[in-house]
Amino acid sequence: MFIIRHRNVFFALTGILVLASLVSLAVFGLKFGTDFTGGTLVEIRYDGTRPDAAPLTETLNDAGFKNYSLRESGDNGYTLRTQSLTDAERGMLSAVFSYQGGTAFVDQLTEVGPTIGVELRNKALIALALVLLCILLFIAFAFRKVSQPISSWIYGLIALITLVHDVIIPVGFFAALGFLTGAHVDTLFVTAILTVLGFSIHDTIVVFDRVRENLRVNHDHNRKEDFADVAGRSLGQTFVRSINTSLTVLFTLLVLYFIGPASTRDFALTLLVGITAGTYSSIFLATPLLVTTERWLKNRKK
Amino acid sequence: MLQKRLTALLILLVGAGIAWFVYSSEVSGARPFKLGLDLSGGTQLVYRADLKAIAATDVADSMASLRDTIERRVNMFGVSEPIVQTEHGGTLAGTSEERLIVELPGVTDTQKAIALIGQTPVLEFRLLRGETPPGEISSTTVNQLFEPAAITGKDLASAQLQFNQSAGGIPNEPVVVLKFNSEGARMFAALTRDNVGRYFGIFLDGVPISVPVIRESIPDGTAVISGGFTAEGAKELARNLNYGALPVPIELISTQTVSATLGGEAVQDGILAALWGVIAVAIFMVLWYRLPGLLATCALMLYVLVVLALFLVIPVTLTAAGIAAFILSVGMAVDANILIFERTREELQGGKSAKEAIHDGFARAWPSIRDSNISSMITAVILFWFGTSLIKGFALVFGLGVLVSMLTAITVSRTFLMALGLEAKHGFTRLLFGSGTHL
Repeated sequence: MFIIRHRNVFFALTGILVLASLVSLAVFGLKFGTDFTGGTLVEIRYDGTRPDAAPLTETLNDAGFKNYSLRESGDNGYTLRTQSLTDAERGMLSAVFSYQGGTAFVDQLTEVGPTIGVELRNKALIALALVLLCILLFIAFAFRKVSQPISSWIYGLIALITLVHDVIIPVGFFAALGFLTGAHVDTLFVTAILTVLGFSIHDTIVVFDRVRENLRVNHDHNRKEDFADVAGRSLGQTFVRSINTSLTVLFTLLVLYFIGPASTRDFALTLLVGITAGTYSSIFLATPLLVTTERWLKNRKK
Repeated sequence: MLQKRLTALLILLVGAGIAWFVYSSEVSGARPFKLGLDLSGGTQLVYRADLKAIAATDVADSMASLRDTIERRVNMFGVSEPIVQTEHGGTLAGTSEERLIVELPGVTDTQKAIALIGQTPVLEFRLLRGETPPGEISSTTVNQLFEPAAITGKDLASAQLQFNQSAGGIPNEPVVVLKFNSEGARMFAALTRDNVGRYFGIFLDGVPISVPVIRESIPDGTAVISGGFTAEGAKELARNLNYGALPVPIELISTQTVSATLGGEAVQDGILAALWGVIAVAIFMVLWYRLPGLLATCALMLYVLVVLALFLVIPVTLTAAGIAAFILSVGMAVDANILIFERTREELQGGKSAKEAIHDGFARAWPSIRDSNISSMITAVILFWFGTSLIKGFALVFGLGVLVSMLTAITVSRTFLMALGLEAKHGFTRLLFGSGTHL
């Protein structure tokens, strides 16, 4: 199995991807959206031409808007992020944005009070912790049967490592996306990450299950086979289905990204990256790590 | 074999029945899909109730009466299918607060929506068209029974609780005395002078409070409402008329408005994406898995129909995130089939007959299918709990999709495969059962 044979190449590739994600996260950082910080998010759409940003900024300043960020969105719109609006500010939104012959419409207006923002942030953290905990319990349950030559908890630990990988990659990607397109972390992003966690863990468990099934068959038939070969054979047997189950999901996500509603575009992209990372890690990271660990344990025993 | 074929036929019939149900409920409009605010366009307002002045034991009552008041007001403005609900929140932010959530489909002007909720109650005066006072007045009959009077609540200067001292009524009965401003006083004098003997209705937020007879002209600009009040009731009415009718003060803490244009676009894009999602998955399945792939596509169609029917029956309020979940679930629904077919192919290569291979393929793939669905269900359940209404929509559809797809992918495709009763001895059948680049 070439993946097992050249596993160091894939470790290096994984390392580079993870490092790139971490660098992206450190350099660009995550921008948290109004869902979590509180404040106002306005989507403006124009009937006619969209005015330039510079004169629009002046108009906004003149109208007394403070602490805002303005970004072009779509073909003929703007996204305004700012603090809580006063009644008067809310009332004059479309009037202020109508400029240079473009008539502005408020397409979407979201105002989140500080309490609700804090509440949602805490809820998101608790949900993340809960999903991790439940998946941990699930892994412990899936690998409860002790097997040779590697004990159960090492399978579980490696599954967990791939999970960390599956989260770091889309988070790093999203940080870069935030820099490029102004995408903000919102409840949908958290949903995407949690969905990736639930979906990806399973591919890894399937490969590991096959490894143990093959080990058991070998044991029952008194067959001697190198662990790396068993692992490689198991990977070869599950490889196609891992890729195919992800492919069908990726197809639907691509469709969702390209022709789906605008509001779920970033969500689809995050899932695309996350599920690709999850499939990659279950094939190119999990089993090779298992083989390396087995080698390392064997050498230590000697 | 016959039994298997009958079952397969039955499944097809049930599928056709569900398809008809979904189609007819949508086309006739009897039971259309329920769309969330982000798809239909509309406004959601979240208020915090200020309960400082309310004893802890009365909180539930106050919130209920707040909800009723707002609901009445919203209904009066002709908003279709508004949702007004109370919620206990803030615990996770370290505080505790009672909230009122108002959803107004179709109201896409935030300012208008806020004004609608926040205004003082509407006091109206109407004259009865007929001679005899009606026993029951409903919001539909009110316009037939009464004609509006020129004078309205805007002309009111103040309202006051008093106890009846005049000779006509019950002694010491609590009454509300309305004092009009000068403009109102003049109009009221004219109204009473011209309509002596007619019934005169006083309405608050569209609900009749009392329907007295005009006995004589009232030139001094005061009117007395004696609606069989208790002292408490009369005091409350006077206060409501003076200060606005909410039992507790409320403060706006969140708003969300989506324009009808944006919502409509999201619906269109969502339907298109769902359609193409199903087509993409179907093409892949047929190209890669051939005959079983075709059967899996049939199972996928049935899955789509069952889920759509469930959306209607439960009913599930669809949001953009819910549509995304549905599209995602289409990709995941064939997972079980892929697991089964890959395993079946392995068994076939191991030299088993088609029947055995299918049987063993299903049996051996089951633990994997179960596990993959468990891990997805964990996410769905936690997301549902985490949910704002947006995420709840995602979680519900996602969870529903996982459960239903497990059922359709396993039972339906197995029945179809068995019903075909193919033997994979010949090259052609093997080709049909092959996959990808394997022959």
